[in-house]
Amino acid sequence: MAFMMIGERINGMFKDIGEAVAKFDPKPIQDWAVKQTQAGAAYLDLNVGPTAADRAKSMKWMAEIMSEVSDVPIAFDSTNYDAIEGGLIAVGKPGALINSCPNERAKIERVFPMAVKYGAGIVALTMDKSGIPLTSDARVAHAMELVAAADEFGLPTDSLFIDPLILPCNVAQAHAPEVLDTLRQIKTLCDPAPHTTLGLSNVSQNTIDRSLVNRTYVVMAICAGLDSAIIDVNDETMVESIATAEMLLNRSIYCDSYVKVFRQR
Amino acid sequence: MPVEIYKDKFTGKVQEVTLGATKEQGGTRAYTLKLGGCSTLPFLFYEGEMPNRPVIAMEIWDIKPDWCSSFEPYYGDVWNDPAAWAKKAEEYGADVIYLRLQGADTELENSKSPADCAKVVKDVLAATGAPLMVEGPGQPEKDNDVLQAVAEAAAGENIALGVAEKDNYRGIAAAAMMGRHCIIGRSPVDINILKQLNIMITEMGVPIDKVINDPLTGGLGYGIEYSYSIMERARWGALIGDKLMALPVVCLAGPEAWRSKEPNAANEDAGPGWGDLKDRGIMWEAMTAAALLQAGGDLVLMRHPEAVKMVKKQIDVLMVSNKY
Repeated sequence: MAFMMIGERINGMFKDIGEAVAKFDPKPIQDWAVKQTQAGAAYLDLNVGPTAADRAKSMKWMAEIMSEVSDVPIAFDSTNYDAIEGGLIAVGKPGALINSCPNERAKIERVFPMAVKYGAGIVALTMDKSGIPLTSDARVAHAMELVAAADEFGLPTDSLFIDPLILPCNVAQAHAPEVLDTLRQIKTLCDPAPHTTLGLSNVSQNTIDRSLVNRTYVVMAICAGLDSAIIDVNDETMVESIATAEMLLNRSIYCDSYVKVFRQR
Repeated sequence: MPVEIYKDKFTGKVQEVTLGATKEQGGTRAYTLKLGGCSTLPFLFYEGEMPNRPVIAMEIWDIKPDWCSSFEPYYGDVWNDPAAWAKKAEEYGADVIYLRLQGADTELENSKSPADCAKVVKDVLAATGAPLMVEGPGQPEKDNDVLQAVAEAAAGENIALGVAEKDNYRGIAAAAMMGRHCIIGRSPVDINILKQLNIMITEMGVPIDKVINDPLTGGLGYGIEYSYSIMERARWGALIGDKLMALPVVCLAGPEAWRSKEPNAANEDAGPGWGDLKDRGIMWEAMTAAALLQAGGDLVLMRHPEAVKMVKKQIDVLMVSNKY
């Protein structure tokens, strides 16, 4: 399975998208949908952000206008599960992602059956109400419970994208190696193994050279078992690093155009 | 407790490529053939599908070849008549006719012109109903001229044109596109170059379902193990989803087997235990083909009718499903 890039750019936290959401202006959203599709995104993250008056309405609208210009499935990024359900209905086909669900019983009972009903995958977080644990053991314990939940509700384990949650290295540096260790262990939990994912850009918040930190960590994480990530798919050097890591792990046969081939998937 | 036997699960499959075109499809072939389509390693029906039987192409030349005496009883009367030779090959069981236009070699005294080659192709098509593959003399400029004329002469027949290589693919790809034919891409036992070649050919606009690969195999005793490992590596890539490695593979079993000393050495020059020349070459070719089928060959190119008979029989046995 090739590495899956989840394009992070359609998020109301970005100024251009926030304005577009507020004004129901499809152009910036569609432009980024196309641009990220061309860059090789396997999913397009959709986060309404803080500017929408009615989040459910905006999420549905954004899903519709994104589907007009791109066949790439959407990763619905929200804590409002009713809004996500509206988006899943609007898209009307399986293969989307629900981003995200922590290891909390009430949320699992809401999200997992919904994923099964609409044929969606889930980004499942290794945390609960008490927050994000530091140690890999505690993270893996959450992952095991999430895998058990998938089994309980009939979600195929390869529709589960477990996110061990990376924190900014300049405030929580000790988390970075624990996340790597967690990634290694998640891949041994069941067969087929769950996918793994990270909100990668988080690792570099407020660092001096974000792109450098992002692309270094993504390569380390891929070696540890990361097979998808929410990233800036238009960061050329990062995508080149991912493609090279995949090739050096012997997951794709080398050819001179290997980076280009990676982007075309 | 029941024992669960481990099975590999694959996500990819080999691209299907159709050779030939019937009257309804704009050609004159009696039938068409599909190459590829496999979603498992060869003949492992319990791990995936192998919808299309491996195909045997038989090699003919447009001039009398320098082949050993073992072929004389079979083709002695048709060496100088490619159309009659093709017809005979068809009678001997060829699924596909593979015409090598060696007569266009520029080193020859009476090197054939592109128009001469086009006529040979037309004659062969008229004499047979099998799909056709055509290989040029192997000289870049001449190949381009000859295959362009051949592509025109065989318009609508969906033949395969070869061979395109890293430094000489544009002209052949253009000819294939113009005539809507298939193209054979070859690299010398190097899958990295083969993959790059597939990228370059498809970037020119040749549809991926018109591309066939020749990984250039060795014959029995002459590097066939290395060929096997290369082919297996490529097929494994195809099965885990590498679409640019997932193209049907042709293997030159006949030419490679008969290139070596053993099938050709007269009895008085033969080593101890080599056996009679008559059987030796046939066995050498049949064993080469059999090994290449196991390596993932979707089409094997063969020469000797008796070797073809044996390999066909073996394919019959191997195609019986071992699914459980």
